[in-house]
Amino acid sequence: MQLIKDRSLMTQDSWSIISDDQLPTQLPREDIIVSGAYWKAHHSVISQNAQRLGLALSGADELDDYAADLDAFSLIALDFPVFRDGRAYSMARRLRAHHNYMGEIRATGNVLRDQMGYMERVGFNSFELGDDQNAQEALKSFKEISILYQASSDQTQPLYRHQTR
Amino acid sequence: MTTSNLAPTPTQTSTSSQHIANNAPGMYLYDQYDQTIVDERVAQFRDQTQRFLAGTLGEDEYLALRLMNGVYVQRHAPMLRVAIPYGLMSANQVRALGHIARTYDKDYGHFTTRQNIQFNWPKIEDLPDILEHLASVQMHAIQSSGNCIRNTTSDPLAGVAADELEDPRPYCEIIRQWSSLHPEFAYLPRKFKIAVTGASHDRAATMVHDIGLRLIKNDAGEIGFEVKVGGGLGRTPILAKTIRPFLEKQHLLSYLEAVLRVYNLKGRRDNKYKARIKILVNAMGVEEFRALVEEEWGKIKDDLYLDDAEINRVKAFFRPLDYETLETPSQLAQQLEQNVDFKRWATYNTSAHKVSGYRSVFISLKPTGIAPGDISGTQLDLVAGLADDYSFGLIRSTHDQNLILADVKESDLFSLWQALHRANLATANIGTIADMICCPGLDFCNLANASSIDVAQDIQQRFENLDYLYDIGELHLKMSGCMNGCGHHDIGHIGILGVDKRGKEWYQITLGGYAETESQLGKRLGRAIAKADITDAIENIITVYLEQRHDSERFVDTVERVGIEPFKERVYATN
Repeated sequence: MQLIKDRSLMTQDSWSIISDDQLPTQLPREDIIVSGAYWKAHHSVISQNAQRLGLALSGADELDDYAADLDAFSLIALDFPVFRDGRAYSMARRLRAHHNYMGEIRATGNVLRDQMGYMERVGFNSFELGDDQNAQEALKSFKEISILYQASSDQTQPLYRHQTR
Repeated sequence: MTTSNLAPTPTQTSTSSQHIANNAPGMYLYDQYDQTIVDERVAQFRDQTQRFLAGTLGEDEYLALRLMNGVYVQRHAPMLRVAIPYGLMSANQVRALGHIARTYDKDYGHFTTRQNIQFNWPKIEDLPDILEHLASVQMHAIQSSGNCIRNTTSDPLAGVAADELEDPRPYCEIIRQWSSLHPEFAYLPRKFKIAVTGASHDRAATMVHDIGLRLIKNDAGEIGFEVKVGGGLGRTPILAKTIRPFLEKQHLLSYLEAVLRVYNLKGRRDNKYKARIKILVNAMGVEEFRALVEEEWGKIKDDLYLDDAEINRVKAFFRPLDYETLETPSQLAQQLEQNVDFKRWATYNTSAHKVSGYRSVFISLKPTGIAPGDISGTQLDLVAGLADDYSFGLIRSTHDQNLILADVKESDLFSLWQALHRANLATANIGTIADMICCPGLDFCNLANASSIDVAQDIQQRFENLDYLYDIGELHLKMSGCMNGCGHHDIGHIGILGVDKRGKEWYQITLGGYAETESQLGKRLGRAIAKADITDAIENIITVYLEQRHDSERFVDTVERVGIEPFKERVYATN
């Protein structure tokens, strides 16, 4: 796995994923990502730990179920089971716009270079790319389209409001 | 490629037409921002195509990207679908389409039921150059296929029809810009089609779109939109339901965004046949769906408020053309009297214009022996020239796969007819059974179960006798080669649907569908009919109509009155 964050290729990743069958009393003392179900079952135990927390959500999860807890998470990982499943685009957009979430939003799963430009626009700022992809080359994708008609998470005003047309 | 001479520059107010001396261009013209976006999209697609050809971008990944740029791989070759925003083109754009047909295709293009044009024979490696040429005349293929927001369609008589409350095209253009490369809605559960109309007669078929918008006036006298969702044809034909009876124009984009967001999150992704918004709305119920949309809308309506200044900026492009004050020329009556062919054409292929002394001229792309909607490169050039000479340099494409020169002086009708007639573009059959609409069918399409083009030709030949054709009168025959319904058979007065039965081509007939002020889906006549018998069956149906009709009652009205039984009896008595 290769990681791009804030348009840079990272050499290391502090986050590790906790599987749902791990005991909440035996979590490692490092940055951990837990699933929504795991959080719901064990949040009282987990939140007593000192490390940074991440929350992994799938397209079937309802963001509103976690709305009150979002401050607890430094990272939210949204999964793409296949690149064609576009639910996470709307989830990222809602996290930034409705929940004012300021932490890292990470794209995981079937993440491809040609989708990253749109992902960044809706609010993702980190991307897990498979090892078969040229991550250095992929960085170019953020700069392919320079003019944007719509408001989104990256540009809060539509084109016509910030350019004289 | 030296194509820059074809490109209208944003500072020019017109194409080459001398008629546009004032500053109303009659269509939207790109500024530097619009141009940059399409240019950058071409470069991006060129890179994607090169990576695909080099083997570093996988087939499946490239498929999704090329679809979003209008490229299908069809039975014989890739097919490129070029977007014609709400069916409006300049003469220079039509010349560019002619150039593409000649240079990269087999010298023809095919107008579709969604006002776009398709080229059936380009090579993958030529696609970036074709798109670059299109960009040079302010055209593109962005989102003309794929599971994204498609080209917004409209009334082909927008701006000239007498029954119009307000011109819908500025709103179509605003939607075009909002939806183009929209980052959140590129991977929807399924394709998404929006249609806008401003007239009382719904020539945009808004009831069979994912979102249908109709400009209406509320009790306070303000003009806004009635918003309908969840209409569509295909294997589950459903008419759209009203989700908001009146929406202020300034909330147009926020409301669309709310509908799309709910659909993107909740639409089914496990089965592509159940993935359209119509299935979601039906499963959830329109009340529940509305509640979710309104909740989302409440959160975004202020942020996405559409400024009046922007509406007015776009509207300015569509203000009335520089019409002359004309009276009906006396020689027209004489020309009509002296030439029966001209009179037939003027009767069937022209329609009323809101400005006196002008008419809208339909160019029939349905002569016998040609696949409906096909046009050659030479004909495209000719149409462009005629538009320059007679109709402000503007051309429209229709849902019925014809073209329109919308603003022709009555005094020019005769010479225009002569020029069209010489080019086989004046078949006087608009609105008749010979003006059928038809998908590419088994001849080109991977999805089709049955051919449609040759069946269409057989039917046209059967009704070639003009007296017979005109006696039958207004009749919309629509044919699809499979249940995806690209030929809109469900809203045909007569609908024909190709089905596969043990490897043979069969056809299902429906009667009584329409999409006018109201819409209705056709009723199934009975079991499918073999290919060899389909034309006889259509003729039997027509015979029953001619026997049963009252006075000048239209076919669809007779079917409505007598039901389908008499038709059924006749067709299956002999089949």
